[in-house]
Amino acid sequence: MNRFYEFQFYLFSLIAIASALLFVTRKSPVPAALWLVNVMFALSGLYVMLDAPFVGVIQVLVYAGAIMVVFVFVVMLLNLGRSEISDLRGLGARLGAGLVSLALLANLLVVQRDRLPRAGLAPAAENVVTQVAASLFTDYLVAFELTSLVLLVAIVGAVLLARKRVTV
Amino acid sequence: MIAEALIVSAILFVIGVVGVLTRRNAIILFMCAELMLNAVNLTFVAMAKMHGVTGHVFVIMVMTIAAAEAAVGLAIVISVFRQFGTVDMSALRTLRG
Repeated sequence: MNRFYEFQFYLFSLIAIASALLFVTRKSPVPAALWLVNVMFALSGLYVMLDAPFVGVIQVLVYAGAIMVVFVFVVMLLNLGRSEISDLRGLGARLGAGLVSLALLANLLVVQRDRLPRAGLAPAAENVVTQVAASLFTDYLVAFELTSLVLLVAIVGAVLLARKRVTV
Repeated sequence: MIAEALIVSAILFVIGVVGVLTRRNAIILFMCAELMLNAVNLTFVAMAKMHGVTGHVFVIMVMTIAAAEAAVGLAIVISVFRQFGTVDMSALRTLRG
């Protein structure tokens, strides 16, 4: 790990966390969605640096390119873009949320510390994409095929739910 | 490198939890759920550096389910907006006794 690599890694981490904080503090849904897209891009950079280039590309294509577009589309469809009224919950809920999140953060950090590797890491595999494809189409073939069924059900469900009802 | 990635993942997940607990706009809640899914994906990718590429397969599955969840969830939001004229979660209290 040379210096430049480390600098890039911390830069992407910082962008991700800062964008997430900005995302969660925006009042209006449209700036929030755009900051969330920024988080997705920074995470994609982190994936590439963690030897997962395929996942990084899919992250940009699916999350930033498809899922967030659906969010922005719904905001546009419902005309919610100009809501400047704060939708924050009351003081008690916010205090509770703060306590819960602090406890959760401490918990996660402790749990993750126990999972860290003791020894040095093996060097990255030469061709990660080949390995992912082999794993996806042999060991996890059933899950992969079932995913297509899930997507089909989701399409039908989304169309049925969002359809304008003629009779109730 | 893995330790830093895991810490970033934990922080992002907690930010998502704070968003879900403190906001009332249904669309923002869904976006916070997406942020939490992304944090978990980062954990999977970091762990894949230790345990082999199975983590990448899991990430692809999570992304597919997230896309399906976003489509159905936002369709429900549209339906709720048609019915009640708002996406404020605290205004939807029909089932509260």
